[in-house]
Order: sequence, then C-alpha cells, then structure tokens
Amino acid sequence: MEIVVCVKQVPDTTEVKIDPVTNTLIRQGVPSIVNPFDKNAVEAAIQLKEKHGGKVTVISMGPPQAKDALKECLAMGADEALLVSDRAFGGADTLATSYTLAAAIRKIGKVDMIICGKQAIDGDTAQVGPEIAEHLDWAQVTCVFKIEVDGQKVRLEREHDEGYEVIETQMPVLLTVLKSINEPRYSTVKGTMKANRREIPVLTAGDMEVDPQHLGLKGSPTQVRRIFTPKQRVQGELIQADSSRAAASMLVQKLSEAKLV
Amino acid sequence: MAVKVNKEECIGCGACVSSCPFGALVMQEDKADITEACTACGACVEVCPVSAIAREAEEKTISIDKNEYKDVWVFIELAEGQIKNVAHELLGEGRKLADAMGQKLAGVLIGEGVEHLTKDVFASGADKVYMVEGSEFKYYTTDGFTTVFAELIKTYKPSVILMGATNDGRDLGPRVACRVGTGLTADCTNLGIDEQTGLVAWTRPAFGGNIMATILCPEHRPQMGTVRPKVFKRPEQDFSRTGEFVRVKSTVKDIRTRLVDIVRVCTTACNLEEAEIIVSGGRGMGKPENFALIEELAGVLGGAVGASRAAVDAGWKPHMHQVGQTGKTVGPKRMLPSLRQLTTVLLAMSWKYCRH
Amino acid sequence: MQFQLNEEQIMMQKLVHDFAEKQVAPGAAERDAKEEFSREIADAMGEMGFTGICFPEKYGGAEADVLSYILAVEELSRVDAGVGITLSATVSLCAWPIYAYGTEEQKQRFLVPLAEGTKLGAFGLTEPNAGTDAASQQTVAVAKGDHYILNGSKIFITNAGEAEIYVVFAITDRSKGVKGITAFVMEKGMPGFSFGKKEHKLGIHSSMTNELIFQDVKVPKENMLGKEGEGFKIAMSTLDGGRIGVAAQALGIAQAALEHSIKYSKERVQFGKPIANNQAIAFMLADMATKVDAARLLVYRAAYLKDQGLPYSKEAAMAKMFASDIAMEVTSDAIQIFGGYGYSREYPVERLMRDAKITQIYEGTNQVQRIVVSASVLR
Repeated sequence: MEIVVCVKQVPDTTEVKIDPVTNTLIRQGVPSIVNPFDKNAVEAAIQLKEKHGGKVTVISMGPPQAKDALKECLAMGADEALLVSDRAFGGADTLATSYTLAAAIRKIGKVDMIICGKQAIDGDTAQVGPEIAEHLDWAQVTCVFKIEVDGQKVRLEREHDEGYEVIETQMPVLLTVLKSINEPRYSTVKGTMKANRREIPVLTAGDMEVDPQHLGLKGSPTQVRRIFTPKQRVQGELIQADSSRAAASMLVQKLSEAKLV
Repeated sequence: MAVKVNKEECIGCGACVSSCPFGALVMQEDKADITEACTACGACVEVCPVSAIAREAEEKTISIDKNEYKDVWVFIELAEGQIKNVAHELLGEGRKLADAMGQKLAGVLIGEGVEHLTKDVFASGADKVYMVEGSEFKYYTTDGFTTVFAELIKTYKPSVILMGATNDGRDLGPRVACRVGTGLTADCTNLGIDEQTGLVAWTRPAFGGNIMATILCPEHRPQMGTVRPKVFKRPEQDFSRTGEFVRVKSTVKDIRTRLVDIVRVCTTACNLEEAEIIVSGGRGMGKPENFALIEELAGVLGGAVGASRAAVDAGWKPHMHQVGQTGKTVGPKRMLPSLRQLTTVLLAMSWKYCRH
Repeated sequence: MQFQLNEEQIMMQKLVHDFAEKQVAPGAAERDAKEEFSREIADAMGEMGFTGICFPEKYGGAEADVLSYILAVEELSRVDAGVGITLSATVSLCAWPIYAYGTEEQKQRFLVPLAEGTKLGAFGLTEPNAGTDAASQQTVAVAKGDHYILNGSKIFITNAGEAEIYVVFAITDRSKGVKGITAFVMEKGMPGFSFGKKEHKLGIHSSMTNELIFQDVKVPKENMLGKEGEGFKIAMSTLDGGRIGVAAQALGIAQAALEHSIKYSKERVQFGKPIANNQAIAFMLADMATKVDAARLLVYRAAYLKDQGLPYSKEAAMAKMFASDIAMEVTSDAIQIFGGYGYSREYPVERLMRDAKITQIYEGTNQVQRIVVSASVLR
C-alpha cells in the first residue's frame, strides 16, 4: 500500500498568548510543531503499513524550516519525506495549497491512500484535505476514527453530529482523521538521529506540472481583509468556602440572583 | 494583493516581526524580509513606524464576469428527513445579506422525498427553492451532493453560498468550492457586507480562537462560507410566504462511497447545538474518569455534556462534545446546571481543582 | 564560541521533553508520596533509546553526543529528579565504564542490553565505612582458579534491586591500598548476591536506593572490568562523568523551580495585583534565572569537553558543585515565593527542594568537588 500523509508545521496555538496591552498576538517563543491531527494521520498510516505492507510518504508545503516537521514524521516511522517549497507558493489559501499539494502527489506516482489530519490548529479550516481529493478526482471520507483495509476495499467509521457512520469505499481514497483514531507513537532516539541525518528532497514549482496562475497568493481566491483580537473574556469568579455545602449555597444564591436557576 | 517591504525605508526595528500572526516576517541583514508564509493580511503595514511596508494590489489575471452571479443561496441540510436548525439560522442571516445586496435568497434542497419541506424553507425567508430529488440522496454522500451542487452553481450562478459548518457541511463545502474554483471561508462566526467593496465579509476565529480574521473573496464567484451552527438566531417563520420553486434533475452517476450503517451514539448527551441545558467540563476535572460526574448530572437534568478544547485535545472526550471558539457554538437556555441536584462529590471535586 | 545547541541536540531535547511531560510528569507527585520506583518508566526510557544516546551504533546506541544525553537527564529531572538519576546511574555509572574499560566480549554482553534499554544498570562503590574515603573498602574479592569469591556489602546504591547489571568494586590486594581495588561486572541472580533494605530518603523518592550484599559470590574472571588493581582509576574516571549527570539533574530541578516560580508569581494575586509586580519578587526571579543560566553554561561546557575528548575532570566538578548549590538556593527561593503554599505538599516546589539536597552530596560531596577544583587550580 502506497500511503501519502500531508502534514503542516504550525505554531503551537496552545502557547499563543495575547498581549493584554497591545491586544496583539505574542508569537515570540511559541514553538513550531507538527500539527497534532497530522501526527494521528502519520500514526494511522504507519499502522496500516505495519499491517498491510507498503510505504508511507509524508509531504508538506511550507518554508524550508518545515523540514523539521517532516523529520519528526520520519522519526516516527514514515519511510519517505518530501518538502514542497517555493517562494511562488507564498500566501496560498486552501485552494492554492491543495492545488500545489495535489500536483506534488501526482509527481510521486502511484498512491493508494492519502491521509490528512482533520484540520490544522492554526487555521482550523479542514479544507485542504477535501480540496486535494477534488483536484485529484478521488473519493474522500472526512472525520474518520477507524480504518479497516481489505484488499482494495476500505471500511471506515466517520464521526457524525449525532454519532457515527460506517462507510465503505475503494482505493484510491483520501481520508481526514480525528485525534480519537489513535495515540501517535513517540519517535525513539535512534529514529530521531536517523531522521535528522536524512536529506529531505525539495520540490519546487519548476519541478511540477503546474499553472503559475493557480499558485500562491495569485491562485488564492480568498483574501485576509483584516486580523483582530476578539474581546477578552472577563475573568471568572471563584467561589470558595469552608465546606462544599457552604460553597454550594453561595453559588446557588449567585445563580438565583442572576436568574439562572 | 501582496505585502512588500521597501528596504530603503526599513530601519530594522523588528516591530513588524512580532506583529505578524503567521510568523512570515524575519530580519535579514537588519532589514525585514517577507517569507512565503505571508498571507497578505496587512497586520504589519499598520505597525511599521516608518511606513516601509505596503500592501500592493497585484494584477489579477483570472477574471470572471461577476455581474453574471446573483442571489444568496443556503444549503438546506437535513437530518432524518427534517431541516436542521442551522439551515434555518442561515436562511435568517442570508435574508439580511440578500436584502443588503438587493438580491434574492434561495434554499438548495437535496434529498429523497423532500418536496414537502419547501414551504418550511420559504417560511424561513427564502424567495426561491432549488430542489433535487432522488433515492441516491437519501443520505449525504460527498460525490452525490458535490456533483449536484456544482451543476446548480454552473447553471444558476449564485453570488453567495452559505452552508452550516457541520461535519457534512465541512465535507461538502471545500469539495464544491474546489470544483467550481472559488474561495471558501470555513467556520465563520460573523457575516457582514464590507463597506468598501460590497463583498461579503466573512469573519472567523483562527489560532485556536486567539485571533479573528475577516476574509473576502473579491475576484471569484460564488463567495462561499461555512457558518457555525447557533451563531445566528433561528428566524421567526412565516408560513404565509411562498416563492419560486425550481425542480432540477439529478445528473449524478457515480457515487464512490457507500453508507453501510449509521450509529447514533448520542441522542441528547452530545447534541450540543440543539441542547437547552449543557453541563460542561474542562481540564480542571483532573482526569477523564471524572467526566462521569458531569455525565451523571447531565443525565439527571436531561442536558448535554460539553467539554473544553483542552479536555478534548487531551482525549478525554470525543470532539462532538467540544464547545467554545474552536468547538461547537452553543446557545442553551442554561449553561449551568441546577445546583440543587449537584452532588457533594462533584462540588468537592470542582473546588479542589478550582484552587489550582 | 558557539552558545547554541545544534539541530540534533535540539531534536533530542524536544524528544525527551515531550516524553517527560507526557509520560513522567503526571505521576511524579504520586511516586514521591508513595516512595515508588516505576519500572514501567525505566523500561519506556529504554525503549525510547535514552540509555543508548551517547554510545556507538554497534553497541546498540544512537551515536549521538554526551551533551544530548545530558539534555535528556536535565529534561527528565525537570519533571522528576528520581527518574533523572535512574537514567544517569545506568548510563554514566554502569554503561560508561563498561564502554570505556570493557573487553569487546563484555561490551557485547553488558553494554548492548544497557544501551538498548532492555536492562538497567547500577554502580556499587560506597560502603558503610567507605564514603568519600573510597579506599577503605571492605568488600573483598579473592582469586580462586578461574573466578573470584566476593564478600561484603555496598550501601546507598541507586537502581539496586531493579538493575540487572552492576559495576562493583572490591579489594583484591589490601597491601596495595587504592591500587589493590578491582572492578567487576556483577549480574542480578548470581548465587550469593542479594539486596538489603530499601532506603527511605529525604528526596528523589521515585528512584530506588538499596543495599547490595555479597556472600561468597562466585564471579568468573571474565567479569573483571579492566585489569586487577585498576578499580580505583575506573571508579574515579566514572565519577568524573557521573558528576556531569548529577549536575544536569540539579539543573533540571532548578529549572523546574524557576518555571513554577515565574508562573505562580504571575498568577498569585495579593493586594489586588500579581505578586510578580512586586520588585521584591521580580528581583528574586531575576537572580534565580541568572543562576540557572550560569549553571547551564557550566554543565553544557563540561559535556562539550567530554565530547571533544578534552580533559573535563575539573570542569565536571565545577559544574556539579555549582549546579547543585544553586539548585538548593533556587528551590528554597521558590518555596519562599510560594509562601505557605510552597511549604505544602499540594504544590510541587517542596519536593524540588527535597530532591535538590542529594545533588550536593552524591557523586562526591560538594566539599570533595572543591578539593578537586582547588587541587587543579593550585597545581
């Protein structure tokens, strides 16, 4: 089974804070990490490979530093890594990103399955996966938390608003996966060392069959008009008392005053 | 639009570097340099003390006749043969957009035996309903719905499309947008009309809710967005309203996925969007097992169980329980439980964990 | 002069940091309260390859450098100092002397499982009456044909009972003083080799400390490490390296105390403002941060020298002495900043102070370090 996993290097948004004075994002010291959902995607791919054989290729579009994210995936056990990087890709929205990644995946050759994380934690759009599938004219199943493969047949469990769906399809297929699908493995020291010493091939715009009009900022229909900080939430009130009973009655009183109970 | 640094003017103060939400600016040889991570949002333009950064309009080579595209469409998402709340909410909001733009509001109804729902769509404010019926649409499929939707767009050319940011809406939206080659803004929490351009201004949270971004889609049509359920109020329905009804034939041939089973694991417990009472917990619960207390309480109250992003990220609860900026937007009548039914255990627990 | 970690070291640091945060930190307070060693964590560290970081691939290692290993000890100690020393005892005190002095056969037999993390290691030098005065050993090994007969006991041995492989020192010729001490590799399960009572300590509760007891233990000659009479030299050079490990442990503890203090002083509100807004607190934090950084530079330099194959005995002693002294100061300051809460077991800083104390004592007390440093500067 030839599996491609799309990963993104993102700022750890749980570490992002807002400067209370200037009301702007403090990015300083915020580490770059592999998008957490993508780690589940890598883990899912490695598990499939371990069971059915084949190869896992991780691919990322981003600046040269995104190599670190790819190395982390190699250290987990992915076989190959490919960085798609070019100034021409700069400023891409989801449509231009998916166009570029789809072109890169075509370049890889025969692929049976593409796995993406459900969404990236910096943008939270959940669009690049389905759009890659569309560019490639593949079937897609999103929000997957269980994958079973039998020959060319794939059986999936997909989260739904009220529960889950069981879906069957054939390869090739693109999946986006949830965190609950697995617990990503740690990379070992040896895996990390080996990954770090690997050369990561870089694919530029010139290496692919692409229309420059569909790349980067130029190929992006959406434009950021403005960025602003949402109103800060007022600080909560902490109710403390000697006993839980006393605390409970204080809380009940407050809630009745607020006409909530 | 592209952001450029005038290296002659740049004094190398670095103010722009820390202002960039995407980390796209770096200092190179004491001058600011813009890397490919730039999204041209313009945050740096405002902070530059010497006005060395400017946002330049870039020549757009792809251009379409935007005047051909008219009307606001809403995807009427169904669940078990009924119109989902979110579709009504979007009809309410779509009505406002359509009025502001002087255009019509249409509902797109795809399903099996759904004709009787058209009056419900009109009642919520639509002027028009496009309906595609067929047994292949009994359940949502990516291929079936994408094909139908894209065909409708190509034939009837809407200016704006709203979809619910539900699991299916977020599956369908990007697929359709990509097929017709337009932009899609995901998971919006606010909509408006940009005064300068008259375009739809789509506002959404990013960076885990730390910042909000307003997005435009200037040169492509339709302008598409998915919108969080419960962000907008469900409109008052007026069943005296009627409108134009357009029946469209299905052209769907090949659906590559097959729905084998639907399992409803949570009828009330995790249906946050519809819930009137929600009992919610976060990482302060200490460990996943303690969510049993929340579940018990929610059970007693007939409410739903909510969880914070931190608790969901830690794997304590599945995502379907997530509330807040990055999860489901909820609008219960009571977010807090009636405390008389709260067990002492829960109280003791919450105090213990509140202190840290 | 280069003050930055290289890419490989940063990756290693991140790897251990993540492991420490996810696998070690959550149970640290509980292990401390229960005085509980976790074999599960020790095995997980082995699987991750922590014990093999600085050994060649042919011996089951990852062939990274000593500094990478030191970063691992620091990161682990930052969340649980007992876990940090479990690793340090295996690597610095057991695997390293086998790597440095063992025969090829001994390396295959003992170093490979240690580096691959399938076995734990320990080091037995200290005796009830031979602490700093290591030469007054009473454990005796008598040659008898193709083996030695070992009798005696060792105390305060980290990983004792849990470890499968031990580097142990015994007198083979009392007339030769320190030149009559010989090192042996002992294995758990050798007839006559048993363990005494578990030590109850002030701190590092999550590390195992126990007594080794030898009663007529038959040790084959091929288990002798180095030559007969080389034991003292092996012990001293091993401790030189071990000191960098303890220094890293102290550094990790101090770093944790600093981080907790910064966080708490920003959150704790008194008189309507966070206590960090008081200069009295802010200046304490400034001093603590400076001390921790100074210690870090000394510790990393000692590891760097070892990596470069340069002499590091004095620098290791300086690093150990300084880092452990500032760990004691910084953890004590942390409790001060936390006030009454700091003294309470509900918060982690009192554990840090209890854990810090040992770093001034083992691998040679800080007074011994001053002997090493002063002897070197007065030479």
